[in-house]
Amino acid sequence: MRFIIKNSHLHPVFEKIQHSLPVTQIDSIPQPSPNPNFSFNEQLQQLLTGKQLLHDDLEHSIEEIHSHYENGYIQYRKPISYQNNKPFCVRCGNNQFFAHFPCSRCHEEDCAYCRHCIMMGRVSACTPLLTWSGPEFPLFKARNALKWEGQLSKGQEAASNAVKLTIIEQKELLVWAVCGAGKTEVLFNGINEALLFGQRVCIATPRTDVVLELAPRLKKVFPDTTVAALYGGSEDRHRPAQLIIATTHQLFRFYQAFDTLVVDEVDAFPYSKDETLQYAVQQARKSPSSMIYLTATPNKKWQAQCRSGKRNYMTIPARFHRFSLPVPEFTWCGNWEKLVEKQRLPNIVTRWLKERIDAGRQALLFLPKIAKMEKVLPIVQRLHTNIQAVHAEDPDRKEKVQNMREKKTLVLLTTTILERGVTFPNIDVAVLGAEDRIFTESALVQIAGRVGRSADAPTGNITFFHYGKTKAMVRAKKQIMNMNAEARKKGLIND
Amino acid sequence: MCFDCVRWEQDEKWFGSLKQNLSLVVYNQFCKEVIARFKYRGDYQLSYPLAEMLREKLDRLNYDFLVPIPLSPERKYERGFNQSEALINALGRQPLSILTRIHSEKQSKKSRNERISLPQVFQLTDSAAIQDKCLVIIDDIYTTGSTLRHAAKLLKESGAKEVTSLTIARG
Repeated sequence: MRFIIKNSHLHPVFEKIQHSLPVTQIDSIPQPSPNPNFSFNEQLQQLLTGKQLLHDDLEHSIEEIHSHYENGYIQYRKPISYQNNKPFCVRCGNNQFFAHFPCSRCHEEDCAYCRHCIMMGRVSACTPLLTWSGPEFPLFKARNALKWEGQLSKGQEAASNAVKLTIIEQKELLVWAVCGAGKTEVLFNGINEALLFGQRVCIATPRTDVVLELAPRLKKVFPDTTVAALYGGSEDRHRPAQLIIATTHQLFRFYQAFDTLVVDEVDAFPYSKDETLQYAVQQARKSPSSMIYLTATPNKKWQAQCRSGKRNYMTIPARFHRFSLPVPEFTWCGNWEKLVEKQRLPNIVTRWLKERIDAGRQALLFLPKIAKMEKVLPIVQRLHTNIQAVHAEDPDRKEKVQNMREKKTLVLLTTTILERGVTFPNIDVAVLGAEDRIFTESALVQIAGRVGRSADAPTGNITFFHYGKTKAMVRAKKQIMNMNAEARKKGLIND
Repeated sequence: MCFDCVRWEQDEKWFGSLKQNLSLVVYNQFCKEVIARFKYRGDYQLSYPLAEMLREKLDRLNYDFLVPIPLSPERKYERGFNQSEALINALGRQPLSILTRIHSEKQSKKSRNERISLPQVFQLTDSAAIQDKCLVIIDDIYTTGSTLRHAAKLLKESGAKEVTSLTIARG
């Protein structure tokens, strides 16, 4: 599709006629003001409020969509903008990965397109982004949103108040809560406040499993609110909802949509490494809006910003069950990789495993690489038959984690995929090869955070077997000890 | 000769229309993802590495023209380009676009029997160009072979000397 400007409106044309241009080349796109007498399509209103979609995302005809533009109910935005002659994808923020092709839509020989977000439908120079510019789709407003009987711990309560205030004042806040602090509950009062104001709220997280875990919990405590869970392949994609739980990837389709946006696990891959996801989060916010970040392990930069007062933050230094965080033990185990090549393990590691196996106590053993894990597995299996290994690409991943949950597996070998998000109630944890680069400070804090999660079994052993201490190990241990000290000072732990 | 070709060649309606089909790789999960990204998501850039795969085979064939499988106008607008033409362009050759589509329903929704029993799905815009010429049809996937054989039969009957097909994947 191309456009010509007639009577200061855009008109779509499908041939390369004189004065017609692909949308990206139009200097400034005229936006008609809303015609109050126009009877708009409510389905389009519902689908496009707070969104940025392509024609390909909608089943409506080009003509119908265009009539909404002409009457001021849909805005056409340029999909690609140029900064110093360099293309920039307005949907995903990519400014590196572009290609071009002879396009049969705009008939240009070199129509540019974004390769970064192409799996969500191709953003090319001739495909306008569609946004609703008429009255917002009205949401059903619950009168009494929150139904939750639970009790907040003292640490949670302080954070909960800070979250609520941040939402009322439309500011930004980082909640730095230790693993097992119960950070989800900390959001309840603040979200309740937002929902009662009639705000649109989103909780975004980099990981699909977190969406799947959070959505039912929130549906339960906000029973009168419309809640939608969005992730690749989810069915709620076009459901209008006041509270949305989404993967950060899904935010590419949103535009100025949320009054309150919570990003859970800000430090988790891929959000932490992918600037386009961070762009997506900013695009999805309304202006003004409030922003809550949650994490157990902020990166170095954020930690420094907290210390220097540049970032508004709140800690929950203690777990909800009032026991201190298990502090990692460092145990030197020599050149374990060399031993593994000879089908052996360092004695000290074997002893650690045997103690657990003899006591019938479940354990997780983290390894830095899949290849290493596959060599270690048969060696460990000599100690006991009930031992499995799991990694990200494992087709039986879900089943193996489930077996561990149901205590059918005694020891589970794993890569960093189980570093966060999973809770096995009563386990010990060890890392073999803790010196590996993959074990960053935050990965190690998260791994240590798998121990002693439940109130029934609040303690346990966490050991880092290493062939040379790293800074990351030392920092991780220090972070945990600092949190314990802070918690003790504030009277948040008993032991 | 593979079982599929035997089946086709046994049918006198189809006998001799396609000299042979060459496919480079088996249509496995990885290949499926690459082709889906190229064709359905429309990542045109992938035509270059895919064309490089074709080049080696193509260099060993004797031919006069490369013929793309056409798309209906609606589908071509939807995708933004014709994947078969894109592959020929990426090879640095001029596609001989002389076929057009009569029917526009999606092939992938039909069974083998439905596909082969269809009346001719293509028509020829210019038969003069192909008289006594050796042609190679280029496409992304060979599934049942019905698309390629329909095209080959028409080209052959309209005067082509020999028709071969070359695809990236074999379904």
